[in-house]
Amino acid sequence: MQRSSEKPRQPGGPVQWLSVNAIGLFTALAIPLATFLVLYWGFFFLRDSDAPKIVIAIVAIVWGVGGVAALYLVANSLVDRLGDTWRARIQPFIFVGPAVAILLWYLAVPSLRTLWISLLDRNGVDFVGLSNYIAVFTTRNMFTAFRNNILWILFGATASVIFGLLVAILADRSRFENIAKSVIFMPMAISMVGAGVIWNMMYEVNPNVGLLNAIYTGVTGNNPVAWKAAAEIAPWNNLFLIVVMVWLQSGFAMVLFSAAIKGIPGEILEAGRVDGATEIQVFFRIMIPYIMGTIITVSTTIIIFSLKIFDVVQVMTGGQFGTQVIATQYYREYFTNQNAGFGSAIAIVLLITVIPVMIYNLRQLNDQEAF
Amino acid sequence: MSSVTFEHVYKRFGDVVAVNDLSIEVEDKEFLVFVGPSGCGKTTSLRLLAGLEEISDGQILIGDRIVNDVPPKDRDIAMVFQSYALYPHMSVYDNMAFGLKLRKTPKSQIDERVKVAAGLLGIEQLLDRKPKQLSGGQRQRVAVGRAIVREPAVFLFDEPLSNLDAKLRVETRANISKLHKRLATTFIYVTHDQVEAMTMASRIAVMKDGILQQIDSPQDLYDNPANVFVGGFIGSPSMNFFDATLVESDGKLEINTGGFRLEVPAEKAKEWRAFAGKPVIFGIRPEDIHAKQFAPPNILESDMDAKVDVTELMGNEIFLYLMSKDNKQFIARVDPRVRVSNDDKIDLAVNMANAHIFDPKTETSLA
Repeated sequence: MQRSSEKPRQPGGPVQWLSVNAIGLFTALAIPLATFLVLYWGFFFLRDSDAPKIVIAIVAIVWGVGGVAALYLVANSLVDRLGDTWRARIQPFIFVGPAVAILLWYLAVPSLRTLWISLLDRNGVDFVGLSNYIAVFTTRNMFTAFRNNILWILFGATASVIFGLLVAILADRSRFENIAKSVIFMPMAISMVGAGVIWNMMYEVNPNVGLLNAIYTGVTGNNPVAWKAAAEIAPWNNLFLIVVMVWLQSGFAMVLFSAAIKGIPGEILEAGRVDGATEIQVFFRIMIPYIMGTIITVSTTIIIFSLKIFDVVQVMTGGQFGTQVIATQYYREYFTNQNAGFGSAIAIVLLITVIPVMIYNLRQLNDQEAF
Repeated sequence: MSSVTFEHVYKRFGDVVAVNDLSIEVEDKEFLVFVGPSGCGKTTSLRLLAGLEEISDGQILIGDRIVNDVPPKDRDIAMVFQSYALYPHMSVYDNMAFGLKLRKTPKSQIDERVKVAAGLLGIEQLLDRKPKQLSGGQRQRVAVGRAIVREPAVFLFDEPLSNLDAKLRVETRANISKLHKRLATTFIYVTHDQVEAMTMASRIAVMKDGILQQIDSPQDLYDNPANVFVGGFIGSPSMNFFDATLVESDGKLEINTGGFRLEVPAEKAKEWRAFAGKPVIFGIRPEDIHAKQFAPPNILESDMDAKVDVTELMGNEIFLYLMSKDNKQFIARVDPRVRVSNDDKIDLAVNMANAHIFDPKTETSLA
């Protein structure tokens, strides 16, 4: 299978070389061309055909799946025709290339475009420099949003991590481990929007609907309270929204912590006990340091999640009553107020806030050899 | 510095009895080794003593204190685990100091004890390293060091050498023996390796299926195995066993296995005559079967012959896999000067002074 990396020198001139390699050259050009034509035709068939829906559906599947496979195969066979050196260089890109291209097109390009728009005015026409950014950091609404995001991180992320860890530890020692973990993990199956709707009902002012008010009025005899909107407890009304995320994210944290705890060798814990540690000392001085990597990864992941939080707030309050966060402000400015420049600036600020946490998170994952 | 007593100790896991009526008295400063095949209950016995498992029945005493319900941390014991169980996030120093810190020992004293222990084990230069940066042998020494600094009443070792390579194992074995002399503390050691047991123990407790088979000094265990299992477990290669009958004719006693007959010399016949005419299990160690031409003097010699099946040259000796006439294989350790090839016939001299007979039903030693 050894092949020389350099083409053997052909005797005679280029004409003779061409005639010798004509067949190879022909297939190298013809196969990609044929593939392209078939796919091209398929596209127009799908767009214009009056065939029965079921036929179109089947063709679409074959065209889509087969097309991707065909592109890979053709590209791969072309690369195979190159020498070993070039094949080794190019082949990885054949397989990673499409994914990278899609990522660039849907992620990198829009990000750059947003960055550009953030430097323009509300209609995205005139260049206004950094004035949108100045507005981001000087508007009262944005201050509230920043403060709320900090509340989300401080209370939401922390509570999710602590609660998840607690459940993981307790479940690990329980006979009902699987049931307990399933129950805590279940909310993960609910979308943020769904969870928001569910908790909206919990907080409903009418005590016949709202569980919290039913308990509150029943116990204290006071009038029901609009928990999410109550100005007298601001900014702590945010906590009622944060509870929803804790409810959802604790399960996520718990599953990862549980796996990490199960990875601690039993003998290390036993060594600790023999060494004289109480159960609490074993927990804080052996278990926690042992799973520190997981704790950091989970924490940063949930912090990123809290920074980007949108759906819960949008569904439950629409960002009113002082509950707006960066993402809802972006939505309100860009879409409701039609201020493209300001909205984009908020989005960029959010992106820049997330990036350092993201990098730290990736580094942690790297250290744990997750990649 | 404490005695340890097991009194009718049972441990049941569901229907499985892991430790069955274990009664042992370990004296102060003794080096007791639990030995047996895997699943025999030796590690469970150690874990019961450490307090890592709960006793189902009976009681364990350390010194004269019943420790059944005492948590591990209050039993004044230290344990070296098979995997060493070092705390991966702590340096070697912190690993060793951990137990002392938990006991609020003054810092200067911790420092001194760790340094002394590290010096004793030759790991002073490793104190700043993390366990990940150590070799297997170094980790093992750190694990021992962690136990030493605590100055416990009893040391427990759970197969501490099984993760080391052969050469290091021999070396460490000697070091642990030295350590025992130096510390003058009770050592209780679990292993499946009878060589470790024989070389280190002051007494060996042989276990099988949760039941204590015999507890004796290494030499007594080797010379007078209480039953077929102990006879086969102690010594390598294992003792050869044959179903046989003791036959008496013309006033002479003979072992007849069907494959060969061996005359029982008069000295041995005195003890064995009581079982004449009865079926027995005849046991003879490979080292007590000699090639006739190289048989040492002063043995109670009894002659036989056998066919050579396989020879294994060890350099200083030869393991002969022999075949008796009824096609039963047995092993002899013979002089390296013996020259035989496969299928040769060889004349053997058996030292009947070290032969054993066991009851075929109970498998216990008869004489």
